[in-house]
Amino acid sequence: MAEKIATRAAYGDALKKDGKENERVIVLDADLSAATYSGRFAKEVPERFINCGIAEANMVGMAAGLSTTGKIPFIHSFAMFSTGRVFDQIRNSVAYPHLNVKIVGTHAGLSVGEDGATHQCLEDIALMRVLPGMTIVNPCDAVEADAAVKAVMDYEGPCYLRIGRNPVEVVMDQIPGYRFELGKGVLARDGKDVAIFATGIMVQESLKAAELLAEEGISARVINIHTIKPIDRDIIEKAARECGVIVTTEEHNIMAGFGSAVAEVVAETYPVPVIRHGVNDEFGRSGAAQQVLDAYGINAQGVVDAVHRAMSLKKK
Amino acid sequence: MENAKRKELSNLATQARMLALDAIYTAKSGHPGGSLSIVDVLTLLYNGVMNIDPANSKDPDRDRLVLSKGHGAPALYAVLAQRGYFPVEDLKHLRNVNYHLSGHVEMNHVNGIDMSAGSLGQGISAAVGMALAGKLDHKNYRVYAIMGDGEITEGQIWEAALVAAHYKLDNFCGMVDVNGLQIDGPTEKVMNTAPLDEKFRAFGWHAINVDGHDLDALEKAFAEAAATKDKPTMLLLQTVKGKGVSFMENQVGWHGKAPNADEYQQAMAELKSQMEV
Repeated sequence: MAEKIATRAAYGDALKKDGKENERVIVLDADLSAATYSGRFAKEVPERFINCGIAEANMVGMAAGLSTTGKIPFIHSFAMFSTGRVFDQIRNSVAYPHLNVKIVGTHAGLSVGEDGATHQCLEDIALMRVLPGMTIVNPCDAVEADAAVKAVMDYEGPCYLRIGRNPVEVVMDQIPGYRFELGKGVLARDGKDVAIFATGIMVQESLKAAELLAEEGISARVINIHTIKPIDRDIIEKAARECGVIVTTEEHNIMAGFGSAVAEVVAETYPVPVIRHGVNDEFGRSGAAQQVLDAYGINAQGVVDAVHRAMSLKKK
Repeated sequence: MENAKRKELSNLATQARMLALDAIYTAKSGHPGGSLSIVDVLTLLYNGVMNIDPANSKDPDRDRLVLSKGHGAPALYAVLAQRGYFPVEDLKHLRNVNYHLSGHVEMNHVNGIDMSAGSLGQGISAAVGMALAGKLDHKNYRVYAIMGDGEITEGQIWEAALVAAHYKLDNFCGMVDVNGLQIDGPTEKVMNTAPLDEKFRAFGWHAINVDGHDLDALEKAFAEAAATKDKPTMLLLQTVKGKGVSFMENQVGWHGKAPNADEYQQAMAELKSQMEV
């Protein structure tokens, strides 16, 4: 089995490495630097680390102000608090003036585990998607998290980076010719009967699902969408044409999130059935991470089940 | 302050009041009360206190101002136009969908605006970020932010207040436009915030109570703020909402309403009579 690394750990190392080199980078956290791993940067470059205390609204505004002077602020908290708690601040102080602020939400999704629903953010993609000009990146593993940090640092404009808490298998290093490019989907496994669009930790689960589906004779294409906005419309339309049916999967509410984004493109380019797999408009609950994920069907078997539903809708 | 300078600034302020009211009248919407209350302090800031150059409005070393009470836009737009950031004639197009002057201050289309604002409580944080950047980069610029006394109940203001004191941002000078009124009535009835000076002192700030319409007192207060080391300063501007127009002064109803034709004529006549010759 491939090595398991949490995207937050890879993120923290990348921020330390790339942030140290780029003098414009300034890192802000709201008393969670030990958990978001922004503390790795803080230890290396203390003069460019600002602890804001547990005051996320002001942190967003400060980042906006810092960015007007040419700095590249990376702000950190759990996804729940770096997006949901401060939606108005992000909308009005960052997105509306289109400022160069990088919003990092760690501990996104159910895999926060034991802390439960108050800390398991299942709405962040939806919230950030509706903001004009916001770029959303959700890396699936350590390789991708590392590449994503440099990409959003070099990109001029507001970005949201969705990061996970739990160790997950490294898979992108096994994709021939893998190269991270903002806005471009990654063909992780080719197939012709169904296309599974996955983001974040569901990429690994979808690859496992594709193995299970192959045993039943279903050839599943798996596409990793790390950039949820702007989304890769071409790879979606191509899959709709070639596979004729689509499944989306995300560790997020199925409403207004990643699956919705894919479905919008399908509906407007080459309409075929789309089944959205994810959390079905519910809150999370406490438990060991894997147990919570399994309780909500956010795993390979859940993807397989979604594919079965999708195949039954596929036009013959 | 020299008499000639005071007279010049006073006339500029009166003219700015007329420009702001004219813009609101033409737009048939806007916030006259809280615009008129901050005209004097803005006039002084942009004509002597702040280190700015309209010909080089993005100078990284310039002083900055964030109008956190972004609905005071007509006042700031008028003062910026007078100063040459954009043509005075543009003020006629306030809140017009085909032009660039938004109802609340906006930075990407209006030359001279340092930060977009309007959702209350947020501007001060951006200003604190700018001040912090100045400290990190060892620059000498100063940062100003103006809040409303109704706005001050937003929790984010106090988050920012903690941070500004914690990081010893003595290059930061905040102001609260204490005109005593907000949309639903007198601030002491809607949500009492007094005593603001003691609150800011308790948060680690230097606080100064000052008449927000007295140019000499304001000039002295800004000098005192600049001389204060290791802590930020908050000026509590004692102001009159609707200042300069008799029927608007201290009237809560003039928070966010444009004058009709008769009211506009009377207001302009009153202001014209205040010009010193």
